[in-house]
Amino acid sequence: MASTPDITPQGATASVLSWLRRDLRAALCLGYLLALVIASVAAPLIAQHSPIEQSMDMLAPPSGAHWLGTDDLGRDVFARMVYGAPMSLYASMVAVGVGLALGLPTGMLAGYLGGRVDTVISRIIDTLLAFPGIILAVAVTGALGIGLTNAMIAVGIVFAPNIARLIRIQTIVVKNELYVDAARSFGMPVRGIILRHIVPNAIQPIIVQVTVMLAGALLAEASLSFLGLGVQPPWPSWGQMLARGYTYMEIAPEQMYAPGIAILLTALAYNGLGESLRTRLDPTSRSRR
Amino acid sequence: MNMQLVRFLGWRAVQVLPVLAMATLAIFGLIQLVPGDPAATIAGEYATAENIEAIRRDLGLDRPLWEQYGTWLWNALQGDLSNSLLTGLPVLDEVARRLPPTLFIAVFALLISICIGVPLGILAATRADSALDRFVTSVASLGVAVPNFWLGMIFVSIFALGFGWFPTTGARPISEDFWGAVHHAALPAATLATAGIAEIARQLRSSLIEVLQSQYVRTLRAKGLSPARILWKHGLRNAALTLLTVIGLVFNHTLGATVATEAVFAIPGAGSMIVNAAINKDFPVLQGAVFVLVLIVISMNLIIDLLYTVLDPRVKKD
Repeated sequence: MASTPDITPQGATASVLSWLRRDLRAALCLGYLLALVIASVAAPLIAQHSPIEQSMDMLAPPSGAHWLGTDDLGRDVFARMVYGAPMSLYASMVAVGVGLALGLPTGMLAGYLGGRVDTVISRIIDTLLAFPGIILAVAVTGALGIGLTNAMIAVGIVFAPNIARLIRIQTIVVKNELYVDAARSFGMPVRGIILRHIVPNAIQPIIVQVTVMLAGALLAEASLSFLGLGVQPPWPSWGQMLARGYTYMEIAPEQMYAPGIAILLTALAYNGLGESLRTRLDPTSRSRR
Repeated sequence: MNMQLVRFLGWRAVQVLPVLAMATLAIFGLIQLVPGDPAATIAGEYATAENIEAIRRDLGLDRPLWEQYGTWLWNALQGDLSNSLLTGLPVLDEVARRLPPTLFIAVFALLISICIGVPLGILAATRADSALDRFVTSVASLGVAVPNFWLGMIFVSIFALGFGWFPTTGARPISEDFWGAVHHAALPAATLATAGIAEIARQLRSSLIEVLQSQYVRTLRAKGLSPARILWKHGLRNAALTLLTVIGLVFNHTLGATVATEAVFAIPGAGSMIVNAAINKDFPVLQGAVFVLVLIVISMNLIIDLLYTVLDPRVKKD
């Protein structure tokens, strides 16, 4: 079984640092995401222009004054990119946070307890899985009134059953393992069995799934803002910038690239970090990397 | 087929009923999310008190909730999804008109995803840690991370505006002009399929690798079974369960993603219908269209659940 991790703060920091030294991908992804967080917090310091101030200098190509040029209303594209970052981070966190908080305990309970509890929870999971995520988000946004937070909570509710279903199946597989039987027959309490045996052995697919979801939430935000249901003008979001860019794609195709690439890189960073985490957390592959 | 299996399949079919009931409740409940007075919201800014009262009466919003739900459900079961607030036309007719192009691109995309994703996943898994594996893994990471509507925009700029191989926008009715429909659907389907290909390839890869590294495969190898036989008979049989789950999820995602893809390609499908209804606060259309799409996904999930049971006797209930 996995060795007991060093849980003192110094030990944890040292172990994270040595992990990042060994795993270049994890270091790059974490570095990129940290840079994004810093850019979000320090947006007014980084961007030389206001993201919403219009000028007569419309659809200008990239220059010293406007690093990424200007959009159709003469607004600085770089500033809009920087101010779009916090919107994306916020959206992902809300959706995945809601998804985990609802999905993990429910799925694990269903899988471990089995019987009637499992049947009821599984039915609820199936119902929620039947909602295509973006469509539910669009519908809820339509009802609540257009806005980012409500839509991302809806996306989180859509994520929850995916997590619950996955952890449920994992839990069922793990709870029938011999070592769980052994622990049970030694009189280990349910709480202990779940925390010591089920969670460590069932969690790995969830970690991969969470990273897919962080990226998914980011893409959902982009889609919703693209459709005009998320972040509202004049405030920028990468998805909404793409929507504007698309309408004058034939005149200024370069406007399409920066926001799309930003979304792609951020999603890649989430996924890459998750893959590295999976390798690190997997007790059987630790020796390999 | 033995009796036990038949009984089990029947039981699964019956279990769908509560799922349906909860789904309808959730969809009906959408209108309860409208802040304040839904009738006033629907009537708009310049409505008089009489207007609002008339709307409330017409939509039955003055009656108790359970009665509203009962009426809505009863009508929905008989195929009456009420009328659009904007056009006054029956919602079901509108959904029926706009569903085919959406389903066409979604199914088209799912087929592309499976046909490309499955071989890629197998190739990568059997040659784990090779250059090919790393290539497939990187492409799959890109495919999962790329915003698909953005990819659609790029496809339009390259293959439609640049080379002129495909029409930029629109759809053709399948019944009248099948190849025209395929031609129009090619770019949207390719756009939708990227995420599916990537998802299928990477999940199949990781699940196959897990199986191939397991104790019993090691035993089989020690027994002298050929790698090909191990892969086809044992590896894929076990990985097929993951594959099924993933295909279900991919179909669900693909159907959802049509919302943005249809906006990029100006396809008059169910996805754009839902977006327009959300923006215009046309609640009957919103509820009706979501209801029909959810029905489609529930059917798909049921089929996958049944296949799951057929493939893996362990999942069967005791």
